[in-house]
Amino acid sequence: MGFTVAKQGEITVVEIEGSLIVGNRQELKQRVLEELDNGARKVLVDFAKTTYIDSSGLGVLVSLAKRIRDLGGDLRLADLNDDLQTLFELTKLDTLFQISATRERALESF
Amino acid sequence: MARRTAAPLDLRIPSDIRHIEDAVAQVLVALAPLPLPRQHLALNIPVALTEALSNAILRGNGDDPGKTVLIRVRPQPDRVVIEVADEGLGFDLDACTGDATAPDALEREDGRGLFLMRRLMDGVERFTDGGNVVRLTLRIA
Repeated sequence: MGFTVAKQGEITVVEIEGSLIVGNRQELKQRVLEELDNGARKVLVDFAKTTYIDSSGLGVLVSLAKRIRDLGGDLRLADLNDDLQTLFELTKLDTLFQISATRERALESF
Repeated sequence: MARRTAAPLDLRIPSDIRHIEDAVAQVLVALAPLPLPRQHLALNIPVALTEALSNAILRGNGDDPGKTVLIRVRPQPDRVVIEVADEGLGFDLDACTGDATAPDALEREDGRGLFLMRRLMDGVERFTDGGNVVRLTLRIA
Protein backbone atom coordinates (compact mmCIF):
# COMPACT_ATOMS: atom_id res chain seq x y z
CA MET A 1 0.00 0.00 0.00
CA GLY A 2 0.99 3.54 -0.57
CA PHE A 3 -0.95 6.61 0.37
CA THR A 4 -0.81 10.32 -0.08
CA VAL A 5 -2.11 13.03 2.20
CA ALA A 6 -3.03 16.43 0.79
CA LYS A 7 -4.98 19.47 1.89
CA GLN A 8 -7.93 20.83 -0.03
CA GLY A 9 -8.84 23.92 1.95
CA GLU A 10 -9.63 22.73 5.45
CA ILE A 11 -10.20 19.14 4.32
CA THR A 12 -7.45 16.54 4.64
CA VAL A 13 -7.63 14.14 1.70
CA VAL A 14 -6.06 10.70 2.12
CA GLU A 15 -5.67 8.64 -1.05
CA ILE A 16 -4.99 4.92 -0.60
CA GLU A 17 -3.16 3.14 -3.40
CA GLY A 18 -3.27 -0.69 -3.45
CA SER A 19 -4.61 -2.77 -0.60
CA LEU A 20 -5.45 -1.68 2.94
CA ILE A 21 -4.91 -4.77 5.05
CA VAL A 22 -3.50 -6.11 8.29
CA GLY A 23 0.09 -5.61 7.15
CA ASN A 24 -0.16 -1.88 6.55
CA ARG A 25 -3.16 -0.54 8.44
CA GLN A 26 -1.08 0.86 11.31
CA GLU A 27 0.86 3.01 8.86
CA LEU A 28 -2.37 4.65 7.73
CA LYS A 29 -3.64 5.03 11.27
CA GLN A 30 -0.47 6.73 12.47
CA ARG A 31 -0.42 9.11 9.52
CA VAL A 32 -4.01 10.21 10.06
CA LEU A 33 -3.49 10.55 13.82
CA GLU A 34 -0.57 12.87 13.07
CA GLU A 35 -2.90 14.99 10.96
CA LEU A 36 -5.40 15.11 13.82
CA ASP A 37 -2.62 16.18 16.21
CA ASN A 38 -1.89 18.99 13.78
CA GLY A 39 -5.49 20.16 13.92
CA ALA A 40 -7.20 18.34 11.06
CA ARG A 41 -10.89 17.68 11.74
CA LYS A 42 -12.40 17.06 8.31
CA VAL A 43 -10.89 13.97 6.68
CA LEU A 44 -11.77 12.43 3.34
CA VAL A 45 -10.48 8.99 2.34
CA ASP A 46 -10.41 8.53 -1.43
CA PHE A 47 -10.44 4.89 -2.61
CA ALA A 48 -10.12 5.54 -6.35
CA LYS A 49 -6.79 3.68 -6.45
CA THR A 50 -7.57 1.06 -3.78
CA THR A 51 -7.66 -2.62 -4.72
CA TYR A 52 -9.05 -4.43 -1.67
CA ILE A 53 -9.58 -3.95 2.05
CA ASP A 54 -9.62 -6.64 4.73
CA SER A 55 -11.32 -6.61 8.12
CA SER A 56 -8.31 -4.94 9.72
CA GLY A 57 -8.45 -2.14 7.19
CA LEU A 58 -12.16 -1.70 7.81
CA GLY A 59 -11.46 -1.71 11.54
CA VAL A 60 -8.94 1.10 11.22
CA LEU A 61 -11.45 3.21 9.31
CA VAL A 62 -14.05 2.60 12.04
CA SER A 63 -11.51 3.46 14.73
CA LEU A 64 -10.41 6.67 13.00
CA ALA A 65 -14.01 7.72 12.37
CA LYS A 66 -14.78 7.39 16.08
CA ARG A 67 -11.63 9.31 17.05
CA ILE A 68 -12.40 12.12 14.63
CA ARG A 69 -16.02 12.29 15.74
CA ASP A 70 -14.89 12.54 19.37
CA LEU A 71 -12.79 15.53 18.33
CA GLY A 72 -15.81 17.17 16.75
CA GLY A 73 -14.82 16.35 13.20
CA ASP A 74 -15.95 14.00 10.46
CA LEU A 75 -14.40 11.26 8.32
CA ARG A 76 -16.02 10.64 4.96
CA LEU A 77 -15.31 8.25 2.09
CA ALA A 78 -15.31 8.58 -1.70
CA ASP A 79 -14.74 6.74 -4.95
CA LEU A 80 -15.39 3.15 -3.89
CA ASN A 81 -15.42 0.76 -6.82
CA ASP A 82 -18.20 -1.84 -7.09
CA ASP A 83 -16.25 -4.45 -5.12
CA LEU A 84 -15.42 -2.09 -2.27
CA GLN A 85 -19.01 -0.91 -2.24
CA THR A 86 -20.08 -4.56 -1.92
CA LEU A 87 -17.66 -5.01 0.98
CA PHE A 88 -19.11 -2.02 2.83
CA GLU A 89 -22.64 -3.27 2.18
CA LEU A 90 -21.82 -6.82 3.39
CA THR A 91 -20.54 -5.39 6.67
CA LYS A 92 -23.23 -2.68 6.80
CA LEU A 93 -20.46 -0.13 7.16
CA ASP A 94 -22.14 1.75 4.34
CA THR A 95 -24.61 2.80 7.05
CA LEU A 96 -21.86 4.07 9.32
CA PHE A 97 -19.98 6.23 6.83
CA GLN A 98 -21.06 8.97 4.50
CA ILE A 99 -19.89 7.71 1.11
CA SER A 100 -19.76 9.85 -2.05
CA ALA A 101 -19.37 8.61 -5.60
CA THR A 102 -16.56 11.04 -6.38
CA ARG A 103 -13.96 13.07 -4.53
CA GLU A 104 -15.53 16.27 -5.80
CA ARG A 105 -18.93 15.41 -4.40
CA ALA A 106 -17.39 14.40 -1.10
CA LEU A 107 -15.49 17.67 -0.84
CA GLU A 108 -18.71 19.58 -1.50
CA SER A 109 -20.52 17.57 1.17
CA PHE A 110 -18.43 18.80 4.11
CA MET B 1 -15.74 -27.98 -24.51
CA ALA B 2 -13.25 -28.71 -21.73
CA ARG B 3 -13.08 -26.21 -18.90
CA ARG B 4 -9.92 -24.27 -18.43
CA THR B 5 -7.88 -25.41 -15.45
CA ALA B 6 -5.09 -24.06 -13.33
CA ALA B 7 -2.13 -25.85 -11.78
CA PRO B 8 -2.09 -26.64 -8.05
CA LEU B 9 0.13 -24.43 -5.96
CA ASP B 10 1.84 -25.02 -2.62
CA LEU B 11 3.29 -21.93 -1.01
CA ARG B 12 4.95 -21.75 2.40
CA ILE B 13 5.46 -18.30 3.88
CA PRO B 14 7.09 -17.04 7.07
CA SER B 15 4.66 -16.25 9.86
CA ASP B 16 4.82 -12.50 9.25
CA ILE B 17 1.89 -10.33 8.18
CA ARG B 18 4.15 -8.42 5.79
CA HIS B 19 4.17 -11.49 3.53
CA ILE B 20 0.39 -11.68 3.15
CA GLU B 21 -0.04 -9.27 0.25
CA ASP B 22 2.59 -10.98 -1.89
CA ALA B 23 1.22 -14.44 -1.10
CA VAL B 24 -2.29 -13.38 -2.12
CA ALA B 25 -0.89 -11.95 -5.36
CA GLN B 26 0.82 -15.27 -6.14
CA VAL B 27 -2.40 -17.20 -5.55
CA LEU B 28 -4.33 -14.85 -7.83
CA VAL B 29 -1.75 -15.36 -10.57
CA ALA B 30 -2.10 -19.13 -10.17
CA LEU B 31 -5.89 -18.88 -10.49
CA ALA B 32 -5.86 -16.48 -13.44
CA PRO B 33 -6.42 -19.22 -16.07
CA LEU B 34 -9.75 -20.19 -14.48
CA PRO B 35 -13.02 -18.73 -15.77
CA LEU B 36 -13.71 -16.91 -12.51
CA PRO B 37 -15.93 -13.84 -12.35
CA ARG B 38 -13.98 -10.62 -11.99
CA GLN B 39 -15.42 -10.01 -8.52
CA HIS B 40 -14.07 -13.32 -7.28
CA LEU B 41 -10.54 -12.31 -8.22
CA ALA B 42 -10.88 -8.72 -7.04
CA LEU B 43 -12.87 -9.20 -3.83
CA ASN B 44 -13.90 -12.67 -2.66
CA ILE B 45 -10.59 -14.51 -2.93
CA PRO B 46 -8.15 -11.75 -1.91
CA VAL B 47 -10.19 -10.67 1.11
CA ALA B 48 -11.07 -14.18 2.34
CA LEU B 49 -7.51 -15.43 1.85
CA THR B 50 -6.08 -12.36 3.59
CA GLU B 51 -8.36 -13.06 6.54
CA ALA B 52 -7.33 -16.72 6.69
CA LEU B 53 -3.63 -15.83 6.52
CA SER B 54 -3.98 -13.10 9.10
CA ASN B 55 -5.70 -15.52 11.50
CA ALA B 56 -3.07 -18.20 10.85
CA ILE B 57 -0.16 -15.85 11.50
CA LEU B 58 -1.49 -13.81 14.41
CA ARG B 59 -3.67 -16.36 16.20
CA GLY B 60 -2.68 -19.85 15.02
CA ASN B 61 1.05 -19.19 15.09
CA GLY B 62 0.86 -16.56 17.82
CA ASP B 63 2.75 -14.02 15.66
CA ASP B 64 5.86 -16.19 16.07
CA PRO B 65 8.25 -15.41 13.19
CA GLY B 66 9.92 -18.77 13.67
CA LYS B 67 6.80 -20.55 12.45
CA THR B 68 5.40 -20.83 8.94
CA VAL B 69 2.07 -20.94 7.16
CA LEU B 70 1.36 -23.29 4.25
CA ILE B 71 -1.05 -22.30 1.49
CA ARG B 72 -2.38 -25.09 -0.73
CA VAL B 73 -4.33 -24.10 -3.83
CA ARG B 74 -6.27 -26.92 -5.47
CA PRO B 75 -8.24 -25.77 -8.51
CA GLN B 76 -10.94 -28.25 -9.54
CA PRO B 77 -13.25 -28.23 -12.55
CA ASP B 78 -16.17 -26.81 -10.61
CA ARG B 79 -14.52 -25.10 -7.65
CA VAL B 80 -11.45 -23.50 -6.21
CA VAL B 81 -10.19 -24.92 -2.94
CA ILE B 82 -7.61 -23.01 -0.91
CA GLU B 83 -6.25 -24.40 2.36
CA VAL B 84 -4.30 -22.36 4.89
CA ALA B 85 -2.41 -24.42 7.47
CA ASP B 86 -0.73 -23.05 10.57
CA GLU B 87 1.04 -24.64 13.54
CA GLY B 88 -1.66 -23.83 16.08
CA LEU B 89 -4.23 -25.91 17.91
CA GLY B 90 -7.22 -24.66 15.97
CA PHE B 91 -10.42 -22.98 17.01
CA ASP B 92 -14.19 -23.43 16.95
CA LEU B 93 -15.25 -21.81 13.70
CA ASP B 94 -18.91 -21.39 14.62
CA ALA B 95 -18.24 -20.16 18.13
CA CYS B 96 -15.75 -17.59 16.88
CA THR B 97 -17.92 -16.20 14.08
CA GLY B 98 -20.08 -13.33 15.21
CA ASP B 99 -22.59 -11.20 13.34
CA ALA B 100 -20.48 -8.21 12.42
CA THR B 101 -23.57 -6.39 11.20
CA ALA B 102 -25.38 -6.45 14.56
CA PRO B 103 -25.99 -2.92 15.87
CA ASP B 104 -23.67 -3.39 18.84
CA ALA B 105 -20.90 -4.77 16.59
CA LEU B 106 -21.00 -2.14 13.89
CA GLU B 107 -18.63 0.30 15.58
CA ARG B 108 -16.19 -2.35 16.77
CA GLU B 109 -12.70 -2.23 15.30
CA ASP B 110 -12.38 -6.03 15.24
CA GLY B 111 -14.61 -9.08 14.77
CA ARG B 112 -15.21 -8.99 11.01
CA GLY B 113 -12.59 -11.48 9.80
CA LEU B 114 -14.41 -14.82 10.02
CA PHE B 115 -17.70 -13.12 9.18
CA LEU B 116 -16.24 -11.82 5.92
CA MET B 117 -14.61 -15.16 5.10
CA ARG B 118 -17.93 -16.94 5.39
CA ARG B 119 -19.85 -14.32 3.44
CA LEU B 120 -17.33 -14.23 0.59
CA MET B 121 -16.78 -17.99 0.21
CA ASP B 122 -19.24 -20.78 -0.59
CA GLY B 123 -17.66 -22.91 2.11
CA VAL B 124 -15.34 -22.41 5.07
CA GLU B 125 -14.18 -25.43 7.06
CA ARG B 126 -11.65 -25.90 9.84
CA PHE B 127 -9.99 -29.17 10.69
CA THR B 128 -6.78 -30.64 12.03
CA ASP B 129 -4.35 -32.34 9.69
CA GLY B 130 -0.92 -32.28 11.32
CA GLY B 131 -1.72 -28.67 12.20
CA ASN B 132 -4.68 -26.35 12.06
CA VAL B 133 -6.20 -26.03 8.58
CA VAL B 134 -8.81 -23.61 7.25
CA ARG B 135 -10.28 -24.66 3.91
CA LEU B 136 -11.91 -22.06 1.69
CA THR B 137 -14.11 -23.25 -1.16
CA LEU B 138 -15.50 -21.11 -3.96
CA ARG B 139 -17.67 -22.62 -6.67
CA ILE B 140 -17.02 -21.84 -10.30
CA ALA B 141 -20.40 -21.06 -11.84
